Amino acid sequence: MNPLQGYLLLSALLFGIGLAGALTRRNAIIVLIGIELMLNAANLNFIAFWRYSPNPQASAGIIFVLFSIGVAAAEAAVGLALIIAIYRHFKTSDVSQVNTMRG
Amino acid sequence: MSPVFIILALLTSLSALAAVSLRNLVHCALALTITFAGLAALYLQLHAQFVGFAQILVYIGAVAILIVFAILLTRGAEPAGVSLFSKSWYLGAGVAAVVFAVLAGVVLSSKALSPQVPPLAEISVHQIGDQLMTRYVLPLEVLGLLLTAALIGAVIIAMNEGPKRKKEIPGADRLSASATNGDGQAHEAALRGLAVDAGLPGSAGTASPEREVHPGEVAT
Repeated sequence: MNPLQGYLLLSALLFGIGLAGALTRRNAIIVLIGIELMLNAANLNFIAFWRYSPNPQASAGIIFVLFSIGVAAAEAAVGLALIIAIYRHFKTSDVSQVNTMRG
Repeated sequence: MSPVFIILALLTSLSALAAVSLRNLVHCALALTITFAGLAALYLQLHAQFVGFAQILVYIGAVAILIVFAILLTRGAEPAGVSLFSKSWYLGAGVAAVVFAVLAGVVLSSKALSPQVPPLAEISVHQIGDQLMTRYVLPLEVLGLLLTAALIGAVIIAMNEGPKRKKEIPGADRLSASATNGDGQAHEAALRGLAVDAGLPGSAGTASPEREVHPGEVAT
């Protein structure tokens, strides 16, 4: 197993853990944590491919990860604001109890 | 496979597993912080210094703190006896396991992943800034716009929904009615009516004349 495969396997494992957390947990905050883990797994893939690709001179991999981090930060802010609004409305952060879109 | 990579991979994956499986939400957030730190160390290991430090700044410095704030603001939401996982958890776990198995199988069987390591090419911060200001300037501006919109949107979403209900205090309608007609005497009468409504023991005897005055004042 060469280093690139190691990084890709770790990234796949992180993605799987994040997906399992987002799909199985009841708490909305843990769902968001799972989504963050999946985004980070994708970032790790980008960096690994950038480092071990035949043409590492191109900085596109690094730049793409920087943009991805920025978009993920915006996503986290809006997601947590949504969770707080849902908590204020439904008095719970359990996603299985939030089953209507208008209160 | 260097030992540093094995240690970092173990740290990252175990803390990620803890972040989605622990019961205490604060422990989950702390485990997530360890995951982010392990990923930053992996980026440094891959010679992507700027991304590693950006990861520390943005994820550990901002996102983890934001998650801790959200946990503290929604505290007490989980009753103790309820299961952590949803009713169809086996379905979600199965989907995640299948996704991981497919990805791992493809990675391990792929012939396109070259075993030789290409020569190291450091990308300096100067080069990144240069690229961001020349070739990627339009995506940079769009990202700035997105972050601004997300900031405003997050504040609007998390703001109080609608005007708050006024607290029901006895005599509040009479107080507002007397305030609109601007008569000092009416205001005084309303205040005395309030005192009567509140059931003050001394004013019980003088209740009837004030009550007779009051409806006329409201009508004017």
